[in-house]
Amino acid sequence: MIEMTQVSKTFGGARPAVDDLSLSIAAGEFVVLIGSSGSGKSTLLRMINRLVEPDRGEILVNGVDIRRQRPEDLRRRMGYAIQSIGLFPHWTVAQNIGTVPRLLKWTKARIDARVDELLALLHLDPAEFRHRYPHQLSGGQQQRVGVARALAADPDVLLMDEPFGALDPVTRGALQEELLRIHALSGKTVVLVTHDIDEALQLGSHIVLMNQGRIVQQGRPLDLLRRPANAFVHDFVGRTEIGLRLLALDRVAGRLRPNEAAVGEPISADLSLREALSTFVARRVDRLPVVDDQGRPAGALFFSDLLERQL
Amino acid sequence: MTWRAPVPGALALGTLISLWSLPFVRFAPNRLLTGDGLAWWRAPLGLGHWAALLPCGLLLLAWRAQSRATRVVGLPAAALWLVALPWLAGMAARQMAPEVDGLARVSLGAGFWLSWGLMALLLGELLREAAWPVWRRVLLWVGVLLALLAELSGGALDHLSLLREYANHQDAFNLAFGQHVQLVALSVAPAALLGASLGLLAARRSRVQGALFAVLNLIQTLPSIALFGLLVAPLAWLGEHVPGLGIAGIGMAPGILALTLYSLLPMTRGTLAGLQQVPAAAVDAARGMGMGSWQILWQVELPLALPVFLTGLRITAVQAVGLAEVAALIGAGGFGAIMFQGLLGSAIDLVLLGVIPVVALAIAVDLLFKLIIAGVARHD
Amino acid sequence: MSRVQSALALSLLALIVLTGWLPHAGPAFALLFPDRDRLIYRQDDFADLILAHLAIVGASSLLAALLGSGVALAATRRWGLAFRPLLETLLAVSQALPPVAVLAVATPLIGFGPLPALIALFLYGLLPIAQGMLAGLDSVPEGAREVARGLGMTPAQTLWQVELPLAAPVVLAGLRTSVTINIGTAALASTVGVKTLGLPIIIGLSGFNTPYVLQGAVLVGLLALTVDLAFAALSEPLGRWRAPQPSPGEPTLAGAD
Ligand SMILES: Nc1ncnc2c1ncn2[C@@H]1O[C@H](COP(=O)(O)OP(=O)(O)O)[C@@H](O)[C@H]1O
Ligand SMILES: [Mg+2]
Repeated sequence: MIEMTQVSKTFGGARPAVDDLSLSIAAGEFVVLIGSSGSGKSTLLRMINRLVEPDRGEILVNGVDIRRQRPEDLRRRMGYAIQSIGLFPHWTVAQNIGTVPRLLKWTKARIDARVDELLALLHLDPAEFRHRYPHQLSGGQQQRVGVARALAADPDVLLMDEPFGALDPVTRGALQEELLRIHALSGKTVVLVTHDIDEALQLGSHIVLMNQGRIVQQGRPLDLLRRPANAFVHDFVGRTEIGLRLLALDRVAGRLRPNEAAVGEPISADLSLREALSTFVARRVDRLPVVDDQGRPAGALFFSDLLERQL
Repeated sequence: MTWRAPVPGALALGTLISLWSLPFVRFAPNRLLTGDGLAWWRAPLGLGHWAALLPCGLLLLAWRAQSRATRVVGLPAAALWLVALPWLAGMAARQMAPEVDGLARVSLGAGFWLSWGLMALLLGELLREAAWPVWRRVLLWVGVLLALLAELSGGALDHLSLLREYANHQDAFNLAFGQHVQLVALSVAPAALLGASLGLLAARRSRVQGALFAVLNLIQTLPSIALFGLLVAPLAWLGEHVPGLGIAGIGMAPGILALTLYSLLPMTRGTLAGLQQVPAAAVDAARGMGMGSWQILWQVELPLALPVFLTGLRITAVQAVGLAEVAALIGAGGFGAIMFQGLLGSAIDLVLLGVIPVVALAIAVDLLFKLIIAGVARHD
Repeated sequence: MSRVQSALALSLLALIVLTGWLPHAGPAFALLFPDRDRLIYRQDDFADLILAHLAIVGASSLLAALLGSGVALAATRRWGLAFRPLLETLLAVSQALPPVAVLAVATPLIGFGPLPALIALFLYGLLPIAQGMLAGLDSVPEGAREVARGLGMTPAQTLWQVELPLAAPVVLAGLRTSVTINIGTAALASTVGVKTLGLPIIIGLSGFNTPYVLQGAVLVGLLALTVDLAFAALSEPLGRWRAPQPSPGEPTLAGAD
């Protein structure tokens, strides 16, 4: 879907912001670019829709060199959302969401229908929110509208630069869930920038860890946790909480013993192992009954099994 | 082809074009005529004509040279131009109208003013790019100013019409200076006191804020000539019926009153803005330590509001210096009297004699307050 | 009707009524000034003076608006950015210049009549307009600009659909200041015989005829107030999308002339 080959970009300073970097992103993937501040994540992201032009290297989208397309056309086919949200304060929610469809000269009826559809998708009541101005929305609602606007023209690719950075943890969690749901539903390719390892592990199907304009390691979340390529990666994903992070990635279903049983309030097989751990601690027991999503007994989870296969 | 330094380049080009196409000096047989313009190369400058190479050189530098070279050569060159151009004009005037008390007049042409002004902007631009510390920039400007003053007092410019108007109107000029300063000081000082009180009131009683600013904005919207005119009748009536006051419908009194009224809005606004930007936490902490409301005002709020208040005062004073120019229409005197006299006589040099000091005064007041504010801010 | 709109209607009404009534106000002025014979200014029709005043202010302000905002716009585009500090220096330095000084310098150079006044008004009017445009464009949130580009707006679309609408309230404030100043300066142009509402004031002052001064001053004041309120009414709907503004303590661009 997106092929970047040996791209470099140097701004005024001596050190390149992106340094001879190659990256390949498959269609339908949820790619998270992560790294500390100044590591070149935003620059890399902004090269994909030509907000930044690389000094060297080439970028193909769907096999076509993006330099051969008009930047505006390219961008209209990609959704874009940023941390400061950038809602146009003088436009209503409906006008904001309809930005790209209007640029693409959709009919008014089609735009209106699309706006309502997207508002509903992001759990905002169309009748209530369509005519509001951004200053009449909470931060979380504004960011929902920002995401809806990025999705408006049904782009194949969604580019997001720390979209939830300015939100409180609860709102952020809710929006992360939304985004995962939308990704699963639509199969779009998402490239998201963050500096928050928890967000990366929760959202990404493929994580790219950057430092000083280069890729340090990339792969599935589990790969980064289990096989950090070097001390930097190990440091970044967090030495102390690595066990908890691993537990957060696996479900109870993967560890339960189907033919065993236990007493007490059963837990769902869909729960993450991390949540199961806190239940163990809270109840001071060493085994928990497990039920499947229809509520039928599925077996038991043993405390000792939580430690299995780690590292 | 792109320019290395487009802004200095454009300014140097502008300097050349204005020298080339506009009269450098004007010669008139007597002061009532506008006279004929003489272009740069026709003015009797002798070897001084070669000075035109200076902007040419700057143009070349701006086109091709490294920005450092442009600065190193350009800074002294531009400063030299600012000092040399008046001197050259003075020399030309001496050649064309040798007798200081004769009828013939030589005045500065548009080419002089424009090329001087553009070069001053160029110097400012180079200084900005050089990113020197403030004191070095100020030092350079003061140096240029001192050189110009030396020319002025050394008599190099005496043959220019502007200086001859000054010589002829010296008494009126000195009188106007005193009156102008009086108008500004006697209106800004009471306005500062009154505005500070009103600002304090507005900060404490947010309900009066709306009405207060509606009135002050209304006054500010009235054109100065209208406000002066509106005050004539009531003050004349007062003067007639309360003889002891020494007030009349025209003269200083309506001038000072109108300027005070105009100054109220920026003063009140400055005070209110100053008080509003005091961190609520500071006031809270003071209250928590047991300060009374007067102690909080004097020891916490006013000191913290002072820089913004002084900025308001600076804006007010600069505005008053300019507004006082119009007060001459109602007989308040000041430099406006000289300016209007020149305007009615269509004598540009007399007009300039009434305008240049006002501009200089405004800049001086502005700088003075900026220095004071910088000094106050340093103590924080 | 909003408060601004009703104030505008009131002030416009007062202007019209006064213009119609003043020629017949001899008896009223006789009460105020018992020992005078020429009580009402009759050299020109007041309505004519108002129209002439508005014409010269309108023409100069329109030209100034076009050029001033154009220059400021150019100095904020990428290709003109190098010139922005120069423009700012120019605007800062010109603060020291009273508007009447521009008029006084222009008249001897260009000659008497409305042309030098028009040019002087135009030149001085440029300043607040350019300043308003710069401040207005500065007030556009960086995120809005960035997203406009990121969503695929062309530079022209970004300018017309995002930057200018967001800058509009501040730009209009600059225009308002410019026009207010020009109304005052235009009145002063009567010192050199230009036909404006300043004429009764100037003639009254030079002839020690206080009633003339009063008539001219009231009309000029009302005219300035009416135009100012018209701008206020105009800018009301522009700020509709903004969160309510807290205080009137915010500084404006410049004072009266
Ligand atoms: N427009 C720009 N102009 C100059 N330097 C830039 C610009 N954008 C980014 N940089 C520099 O490039 C480096 C990488 O920046 P960025 O990609 O924004 O990092 P990140 O998003 O990972 O925090 C930083 O050193 C930053 O200062
Ligand atoms: Mg970034």
